[in-house]
Amino acid sequence: MSTLAELCVIESGAVEAHSLDDYESEKPRWCKGCGDHGVLASLQRVLRKNNLEPENVVSVSGIGCSSRLPHYLNTYGFHGIHGRALPIATGVRLSRPELPVVVIMGDGDCFSIGGNHWLHAIRYNINAVVLVLDNEVYALTKMQVSPTTPDGWKTKTTPRGTYLQPMNPLSIVMGMTNVSFLAQTATWLPAHLDETIEKAWDHHGLSFVRILQRCPVFMPKAFGDGGLNFPVVFLEHEDGIPVHPLLLKRGETQAHNHCDINEAQRVAVNVDPAPMGLLYQDPDVPAYEEIRWNRQDRPDHQTFIQRLDAALDRYTVS
Amino acid sequence: MSRPRLVRLPEHIVEIVSDAGEGAQKAAIAFAQLCAKAGNGLWTVEIIPSEIQPPPHTTASASGNRIRLAERSRVTNAGNLANVVLAFNEMALLSRLEAGSLADDVLVLIDDQWATHDNEQYRLSYRDVLDRFRSRGATIVEIPMEHETLRHIEEAERGKNMFAVGLLCALYSKDLNVLQGVIRGIFETKTREVIEAAVKLAGAGYQYGVTHLEQRFEVQAFPTDVSKVAMNGNTALALGAVSAGFELCSMYPITPATSASHALSEIFEDFGGFVHQAEDEIAAIGVAIGASYAGKTALTITSGPGMALKTEFQGLAVMTETPLVIIDVQRGGPSTGLPTKIEQSDLLHAIYGAPGDAPKVVMAPSTIEECFYILSVARKIAEEFRMLVIVLSDANLATGQQVFDRPDVSDTPRRPPLDLSPAPPGALPYDWDPTTGLSQRLIPGQPDGMGVTTTLNHDRDGKACYDAERNQRGHTMRSRKLAALQKTLNAPSVHGAPEGDLLLVGWGSTRGAIEEAVDMARDQGLSVSSLNMQFLSPLPPGLHEIFAGFSQIITVELNYSDDWEDPLITKDNRRYGQLAWMLRAATLLDIDCYAKVPGRPYMPVELFDEIKRLLGDQQGIESPAKTLLATGE
Repeated sequence: MSTLAELCVIESGAVEAHSLDDYESEKPRWCKGCGDHGVLASLQRVLRKNNLEPENVVSVSGIGCSSRLPHYLNTYGFHGIHGRALPIATGVRLSRPELPVVVIMGDGDCFSIGGNHWLHAIRYNINAVVLVLDNEVYALTKMQVSPTTPDGWKTKTTPRGTYLQPMNPLSIVMGMTNVSFLAQTATWLPAHLDETIEKAWDHHGLSFVRILQRCPVFMPKAFGDGGLNFPVVFLEHEDGIPVHPLLLKRGETQAHNHCDINEAQRVAVNVDPAPMGLLYQDPDVPAYEEIRWNRQDRPDHQTFIQRLDAALDRYTVS
Repeated sequence: MSRPRLVRLPEHIVEIVSDAGEGAQKAAIAFAQLCAKAGNGLWTVEIIPSEIQPPPHTTASASGNRIRLAERSRVTNAGNLANVVLAFNEMALLSRLEAGSLADDVLVLIDDQWATHDNEQYRLSYRDVLDRFRSRGATIVEIPMEHETLRHIEEAERGKNMFAVGLLCALYSKDLNVLQGVIRGIFETKTREVIEAAVKLAGAGYQYGVTHLEQRFEVQAFPTDVSKVAMNGNTALALGAVSAGFELCSMYPITPATSASHALSEIFEDFGGFVHQAEDEIAAIGVAIGASYAGKTALTITSGPGMALKTEFQGLAVMTETPLVIIDVQRGGPSTGLPTKIEQSDLLHAIYGAPGDAPKVVMAPSTIEECFYILSVARKIAEEFRMLVIVLSDANLATGQQVFDRPDVSDTPRRPPLDLSPAPPGALPYDWDPTTGLSQRLIPGQPDGMGVTTTLNHDRDGKACYDAERNQRGHTMRSRKLAALQKTLNAPSVHGAPEGDLLLVGWGSTRGAIEEAVDMARDQGLSVSSLNMQFLSPLPPGLHEIFAGFSQIITVELNYSDDWEDPLITKDNRRYGQLAWMLRAATLLDIDCYAKVPGRPYMPVELFDEIKRLLGDQQGIESPAKTLLATGE
C-alpha cells in the first residue's frame, strides 16, 4: 500500500499537470524561420516538465526581436528597456526569491548596451536562467553591426564591411568571478536546445546560455546558412548535454569536463569549431539573493518598532 | 587676570575649521551634541573639501562645521555671518573669509604655533592673514593649541580637536561633564586609552579657556520635557525610509547622497530590508523597479548626475505604472559641477527629464525634520497612484544637522503581507478608472493575473498597441493621476499675512532662511509674506487665490537665472529660476526670481536686503548686516 506522502505526490501531480497551452499567450509575431520560435517552444516545454504554475514564473526581457518573448509566454512578463533586463531580474529575485525567473536578451541587448549589467550579473550569480538569442545582428532596428557580427560582414552601419573581430562572449563569461553555468547551443539543433535549456533550468545559480540563431531576414547567410555549414564540436560528458547520434553529422564530439574551470576557459576561447554543450558548471557558487536573505532578519512588528526606537535613541539628545 | 566678561546672547554662530583630517568635524559634532543636550536649538552645516587629501595648509584643505546655536528650541537654517571662528591654521581661517561666511567683527581663536613655525612661509602667511582680519575689525585670540595638546599626548593631530572643543565649552559657558559624556559616546568603539586621552584633552582645553579667555558667552538653553533628536537630513531620510516601510534600497555611490545609504546600510537588515549597491546608477534604479514590480516597496537614492543616468528607467516606471520613490539629494551642476555643495537645479529635470510625456510626482522636504516624514507620504502616493515619486532633498539638508522633536514611531503601521489572492475574473493590468486614471496593480504570483508589463504603448489589457486612439488614452490616463492627486492636496499656507506688497515663493531647504528674512522684514513694518511649496508636481491647489493677494511675487531659489543687468539680457531672452519658470507658465503672472548659485545656503540677511530692495528703500529700515557678502577681496 502506498504511503500518504506518495499518494499526495501522485494526487497533486495528477491535478496540477499542465499542458503546453497553459504557457501560451499571444500568437508570436516573429518572422517566419526565425529561431526565436524554437526557443519559445523549448521554454514552454521546460515549464511544463517542471510543472510550474504560470503565475509563479517571471520572464524578463530587454528590447530587440527576441525580447518580445514575454508577450508570447503565459507567465508574468516584463518587457523592459534596451540592455536592462538583468537589473530588473535581479530586483525580482532579490525581493521574491520564490519566483523562478527567466531572462531573454539579444546579442546587442546583452553584450553591447547591457554589457556592464551582464558582467555584474554573472558575479552576483542570481538564481535565474539567462538566455541570449544571438543572431549576430541588430535586427529589430533593421541590420546594424552587433558585437558578434563576423569580421568583414556588411551591415547598414558597416556597408563596406565590419572593422573588428567579433566579441567572444563565452571567454568573457568564463573570465568572470563567480561564473556558475555556461552553455552554448543553436536553434538549428532543436533537441540539443531543449536539453540545454532543461539543464540550465535545473542549475542553481545564474545559468548563462548563448543560443546561436540565424536571422532569416537580415543575416540569412550567418552561421553557414543557418547551421548547414557551420563548424561545431559537441562537448561530451556523462553529466553534460546529451549528444544525440543524429547530431554527429553536424560535428564531432570532444570529451570535456565541465567541472574544471581551466578546461572550460580553454574551450571557451576556441570559436572555430564553435563549442556546443555545457562548458562549465559549479552548483556550489552561492546565489546573491540567498546570501542577502540569509543575512537579513525579519522581525515581527513589535520587534520592528522596538528596533526603530533603538535606532532613534542613537540620535536622541534629550 | 581679571574676571572674564560674560555676554548673554539669544543666538550665536561659530565655525570650526582645520586641515582635512585634523578632526574639526569631530570637534564640531561633539560641540553640537553638547549644545543640543543642553536644550539649545541648532542647525549645523558641514564645511567639506572636495578632495579626500587636499594639500595641507591651503584654503582648499579647510574642513569643519558651522554651528548656529540659539536660545529658542527650533532653528531652521544656517543663519547669517559667523560670530566666532576657531581655526587650526590661518589658511583654514582665510577660506572662511573667502567663502563670505564671517562677520567683520568676528572673534577669531587660532592656533599660535604658526607664528614661530620653522617654515618661514607659514610664519609670513600667518601674520598677513591675521593682519587682514584685524584691519577688518576682527578680534584675534591666539591660543597655544599645539603646545598645550603636546603636554598631554605625543601626536598633536590626534587630539588637538578635543582640546578645541574643550575650549569652546569654556567659551560658551557649557558644562564640561556633559561634554566629556558626549565625547565618551562619540568614541564608544575606540580603545579605553583613546577615550581617556580625548576626555583629558577636552578638560585641558576647558581649563585653558576658563583661565585665559577674557570674554565668554552664554546662549541660554531652556530644557523641555519633549524628547529631541539631532541628526542630518540624510540620516533622517534613512530612518524615515525604515519607518515608512521600505524594503529595498538600490543605489550607486554619489555625493552628497551616499551617506543616506550608509545610514540605511547600518541598520536595514535588522528591519527586513536590503541596501543593494548596484554596478551603476542605471542598474540601481532597475533593481528597485524589479523589486517593486514583484511587490516590494523600493527606493533608489542618487544626486543630479545619477538622475540623468536614470532617466530612461524613470520613463519605464511611468509607462509601466510601477510604484517607485527616487530621492535626489541635489548638488551643484551641470555635469560634475560642485559635488559637495548645495544647489536646487534639478527641479525641471525631475519634472520633465524623461523622454516622452512622463508625468511624475515631485516633492521637496524643507527641513531635516521633514526628511524623516516625507518618505511615508511618498510611499503612499507611489503605491496608491502607481506612480514615480521624486523627493528632492539637497546638500544643505543632507549634511546639516537640526534638533527636532523625536518622532513617535510607536504606531508605525504594520507591513501587510503581499496579497497573492487570485485576480478577479477579467482583471486587467491597467484597469484605469476613466475619471482618475487609477488602477489596481497585479503582482507576480497572483493566479489569473498573468500578463506582460511592457514599456511599449499599451491599452487596459496591457498589450502593446500603436494606434492613435489608444496612444492618446494611455497618455491621458497617466496624466489624469496627477490631477487626481492634486485634488487631494491642501493649499499651502502663507507665512505672514495672506495679503501684502510682496510674496516670496520657495521650495526645499531655503524655507528657513526665507521665513526668517520675512520675519525680520515684518518686524520692521514691511508688507511681505512667504510661501513654501512641498509639492512641485502636481502644483498644489490655491496658488491663483494666494497670488492674487500680493502686488509683487518672486521666487527664491538656489539655481541659475540671468540677471537683468547682464549684457544682452532682455525680457525676450532672460532665463528665470526653475520654479519661477514653472509658476509663470502655470499662472501667466509676471513672477520674478531671486535665483543664484553661490554653492551655499542663502543667509536670511541677504534675502532681507532683497526684500528691502524690492519694496523700495523705505526710510528708517536698516539692514541688520553691516557687511553683506564679503567676497574674498
